[in-house]
Amino acid sequence: MNLDFSAEDIVFRDEVRRFIEDNYPAEVRAKQDRGEPLGREDYLAWHRILGRRGWSAPAWPREHGGPGWTVAQKFIFAEELGRAGTVRVLPFGVSMVGPVIQAFGTPAQQARFLPPILAGDAWWCQGYSEPGAGSDLAGLSTRAVRDGDHYVVNGQKTWTTLAQFADWGFFLVRTDPTAKKQEGISFLLIDMKSPGVTVRPIITLDGSHEVNEVWLDDVRVPVENRVYEENKGWTCAKFLLSHERTGIAQVASSKRGLEKLHAAAAAELEDGLPLSQDPILARKMAELEIELMALEYTEFRMLAGEGAGKSPGPESSLLKIKGSEIQQRVTELTLDVAGRYGAPHLVDLKSGDNALPVGPRHAVHAADIYFNMRKTSIYGGSNEIQRNIIAKAVLGL
Amino acid sequence: MDFTFSEEQRLLRDSLANFLSDAYGFAKRRDALRTEAGWRPEIWRAFAIDLGILGAALPEALGGLGGGPVDTMVIMEELGRALVVEPYLDTVVIAGGLLKRFDTPAARDAIERIIAGELIATLAWGEPAGRFNPADVAAAARRDGAGWRLDGRKAVVASAPWASHLLVTARTSGGPRDRDGISLFLVDKAAAGVTTRDYPTVDGGRASEIALDGVMLGADALLGDEGAALPIVELVLDEARAALCAEAIGVMSELQRQTVDYAKQRRQFGQAIGDFQVLQHRMVDMFTQYEQSVSMTYMATLKLDLPAAARAKAVSAAKVYVGRACTFLGQSAVQIHGGIGITDELPLSHYFKRAAMIESALGSSEYHLRRYQSL
Repeated sequence: MNLDFSAEDIVFRDEVRRFIEDNYPAEVRAKQDRGEPLGREDYLAWHRILGRRGWSAPAWPREHGGPGWTVAQKFIFAEELGRAGTVRVLPFGVSMVGPVIQAFGTPAQQARFLPPILAGDAWWCQGYSEPGAGSDLAGLSTRAVRDGDHYVVNGQKTWTTLAQFADWGFFLVRTDPTAKKQEGISFLLIDMKSPGVTVRPIITLDGSHEVNEVWLDDVRVPVENRVYEENKGWTCAKFLLSHERTGIAQVASSKRGLEKLHAAAAAELEDGLPLSQDPILARKMAELEIELMALEYTEFRMLAGEGAGKSPGPESSLLKIKGSEIQQRVTELTLDVAGRYGAPHLVDLKSGDNALPVGPRHAVHAADIYFNMRKTSIYGGSNEIQRNIIAKAVLGL
Repeated sequence: MDFTFSEEQRLLRDSLANFLSDAYGFAKRRDALRTEAGWRPEIWRAFAIDLGILGAALPEALGGLGGGPVDTMVIMEELGRALVVEPYLDTVVIAGGLLKRFDTPAARDAIERIIAGELIATLAWGEPAGRFNPADVAAAARRDGAGWRLDGRKAVVASAPWASHLLVTARTSGGPRDRDGISLFLVDKAAAGVTTRDYPTVDGGRASEIALDGVMLGADALLGDEGAALPIVELVLDEARAALCAEAIGVMSELQRQTVDYAKQRRQFGQAIGDFQVLQHRMVDMFTQYEQSVSMTYMATLKLDLPAAARAKAVSAAKVYVGRACTFLGQSAVQIHGGIGITDELPLSHYFKRAAMIESALGSSEYHLRRYQSL
């Protein structure tokens, strides 16, 4: 038992760090620094750079084009990306549908869909939730009816993140309405440019357009785009939910958030003194640091177990619970530190664009981010659902 | 980065766990606590001779096995799981951990006898007014001829009633709370001028108030350099805190296990109370805090060899987390058990009491949060 990184790991870390410094797109960095919303090309630019280096899918096995890294290397890579504050490689292709296609897809599906995911040429979105199927996902009612070598799909999906940029979507649809609810679901890959697919924005409380409604109106989907057997889609869905846990805890990103919080607290003055010297705030930040440390080492233990051949079990739901709580707490304290400059909402009322910021840099968007991050304890299975999972699958209750 | 135990560590855990499940059942423990002595010397002999764990992390040259903090962690976790009162932490981890840093005949002899199970020693560092700061030492030692004269009061000295020897911190120079000027002495508890008031503690242990009035010591009683003991005491206290965290995860694993078992069999409103979501989620929170306590214990244990400030920061972070988890798991376990949880008859209440005392032992969570912030 030890915490040491090997000499090769240190070399690897330096290589990753240098690669990011040398290759991270300056125009994306500038937008991030200005707090501007990022577009499709901003995300894909970095994805493509990583893809050319063979680093866009750290967890993929070598046979599917992944780098075949050790657990320590995967950890170091995530840590370095978080440290540098890069835009994330979006999880929908690399972490979600990619592993499902690897595990359940046909060789033809793998050959067709995996390379564009690696390269950053295909943007995926996730068609899971519906207005009537949130936490009770298996209660979904989007219908797919077989018609020759096609399915005809009708229904409505919601909370579809960044669907406005998507080329493809992976959808859970009901193919057998008479079966028990988990047993009549299929997993379909749908071209978002298909006739009958309509994407409508949902504006969230922070004013951003991140999620969407997706309407499916007599959309014809080739049967060859079904992954795994008909009516076995729930198996794919469960696999996807429990599979890629690397990064779910968002430790590196919370560390960066805490560093920014410290810097903000040092820059704010109260009674002529840096706010960071306020014992109550300092205490809250110390408590949060300790919580984050506990999460970080729990993730280490789970990743190490994964590396030793143990697949991540339902106990990794705790990474999601604690990870989201800590992310939220960081944004809550950051808004608190922003003080009165938390209030300005910097949007041009006519154009809807970002207006010239007022107040200190750390206060700009502090409220938007705080409001936006409430999603983390809701999405991906709400934290209450995660507790249900642990209660049932780990504690046997 | 590796979180696996070695084959030897797995065997160590299994043999100790097997021994304790045979020899340390709850009824036997309760009967032993009610005796005058309050502990079982035969258990200690078995630790020394049959299991060989008293020397697990003590030097090979003196008869130990030369192991490290991870071995101590494995042992302490099992001792916690069985709620062992015998003074492994005080005598082996703390007294042994201090003595092995001093290369004097008296220290070497004491270690050999600790490993053999022949000597019980404990560190008297806390004082009635000092709370948890090991530098807040009012006890004083003055040179007297070739030796020393020791005066002072030591408070709630754990395991002292069972000990024949005390390691005593005393000020040889400097003012209150100065970091310099604290010296460490090995004192025979039978020496003239040592008076003790012995008593049981709420968690089944024994402790003493110790008065030192003109205790005359030889020159060889001083361990290490005069006035330079504090860094070593802090190092060993940090090692002890990591070990205490390991004991805590043993205790908490039982609080968790017994509570989940009980919730599955206890029925109300025609169903197992474990079917109620409000109780399920509380037990999940217990599970989460337990798992993260394990992580923090590993982290602190594996960082004990870092430079002092980094080591102290890691250990204090772990002690904050584990201490608070002890409180949460203990209170939740009792709450979910309901009325039976507050009876003396149920083993669970004894785990709760030990968890509560671990929270404040060697510095409370509040103390360690302040220490963490100051580093």
